[in-house]
Amino acid sequence: MTTDDWVAIWLTAKLATLTTVLLLGLGTPLAWWLARTDSFWSRCVGALVTMPLVLPPTVLGFYLLLLMGSQGPVGQFTTWLGLGLLPFTFTGLLIASVIYSLPFTVQPLQQAFRAIGARPLEVAATLRASPYDTFFSVVLPLARPGLITAAVMSFAHTVGEFGVVLMIGGNIPGQTRVISVLLYDRVEALEYTQAHYLAAGMLVFSFVVLLGLHLLNRERRV
Amino acid sequence: MKNLTLLAMPLLMTLAPNVHAAEVQLAVAANFAVPMQKIVAAFEQSTGHKVLLSSGATGKFYAQISQGAPFEVLLAADDETPRRLVQDGQAVAASQFTYAQGRLALWSAKQGVVDNAGAVLKTASFKHLAIANPKVAPYGVAATEAMIAMGVYSSMLPKLVQGESIAQAYQFVSTGNAELGFVALSQVYEHGRMRSGSGWVVPAQLHTPIKQDAVLLVRGRDNPAASALLGYLKTDAARAVMASYGYVH
Repeated sequence: MTTDDWVAIWLTAKLATLTTVLLLGLGTPLAWWLARTDSFWSRCVGALVTMPLVLPPTVLGFYLLLLMGSQGPVGQFTTWLGLGLLPFTFTGLLIASVIYSLPFTVQPLQQAFRAIGARPLEVAATLRASPYDTFFSVVLPLARPGLITAAVMSFAHTVGEFGVVLMIGGNIPGQTRVISVLLYDRVEALEYTQAHYLAAGMLVFSFVVLLGLHLLNRERRV
Repeated sequence: MKNLTLLAMPLLMTLAPNVHAAEVQLAVAANFAVPMQKIVAAFEQSTGHKVLLSSGATGKFYAQISQGAPFEVLLAADDETPRRLVQDGQAVAASQFTYAQGRLALWSAKQGVVDNAGAVLKTASFKHLAIANPKVAPYGVAATEAMIAMGVYSSMLPKLVQGESIAQAYQFVSTGNAELGFVALSQVYEHGRMRSGSGWVVPAQLHTPIKQDAVLLVRGRDNPAASALLGYLKTDAARAVMASYGYVH
């Protein structure tokens, strides 16, 4: 393993952690709203949120590149804010990852919220719990398995992100060169031995994460 | 007898496409993709053969061909990759030749950014300079050499963004995400001038010549369309297209 590898591993872990934190913050109210509302608009939002699941990452990467570029509306906005352009930066990658992994947070949470049903909320209301109190003392504890699944899947999915990063990253060490991109580089440069370290590491990582998730969910059922 | 053959030629030529039409799978270095599409169109029309064109980074093609990719002809961005394929027994030695010499350009999508001496590289007026990844793309190597020759390499290092091929380096610049970048002249040049934006043709003595070699791959050895395509690259018609995109011979 070289310094390049460690830099990429650290960067990937940082990106996935921040993405997960942001997603739980944004995704929880969104999933709650989606679980409790049944209107044309909530259906539209639901479809929008799910889109990154079915779209090729290249579509996302291409439009992000155009939107965040100097001629794009987002690019002009961030320049106006004094942030500069987002592609080739860690912030740009973080935003892209949040969009890319959004369904992996929202879907498990939405299902968990729906499974709770109206009854516990009504009981809480008769005990004079405020909606705020109900959400934190009743809903979130009941939705714990959903929260764990959402966090683990968002983290793991961000670690596995490739196409979007390739299109807006620019391959900068410590900024945008995550494990999957470094691995691609290694394969292209025919450095198969070094490629194996990263590739095998990713295999083991995914297995451990998924196994851990299954075990966690099983323990809960017992 | 000779006269008879001459008379029969036009007839043979019109018949030939239907009788001997074959398909050839072609891998083209990203920088040559656009001119090659034009050349392929003319080739298909005059021979009746069909060309399935894939474009991408030369390094990627090398890995894919080594792993059994079904390409029959490779138009590389360098002369090293075809040579290695010949050594590996994946390509036919006698078929290798330099079909074009590429030129490097420093280019910006905006007017008036790049001057005609490359002096912009000595200013601090930009944040990102796009190049092709020098680890896998010959144009990335040439860009690095040119920056070293100009004495700006170390000051450019923190500004570099790398595309996985020269096509992506161009994409970064054309979308305005990188203010300027080293691209293949062929990507920004047409009919003897810059198509848009501003650019500087990097003098050839600033980098090792980008000799782009073609080679017949083992899979295409018995395909008449494959050898016909390689032959076609040497015709005046094909060379005229290359010249209009800034390639030299």
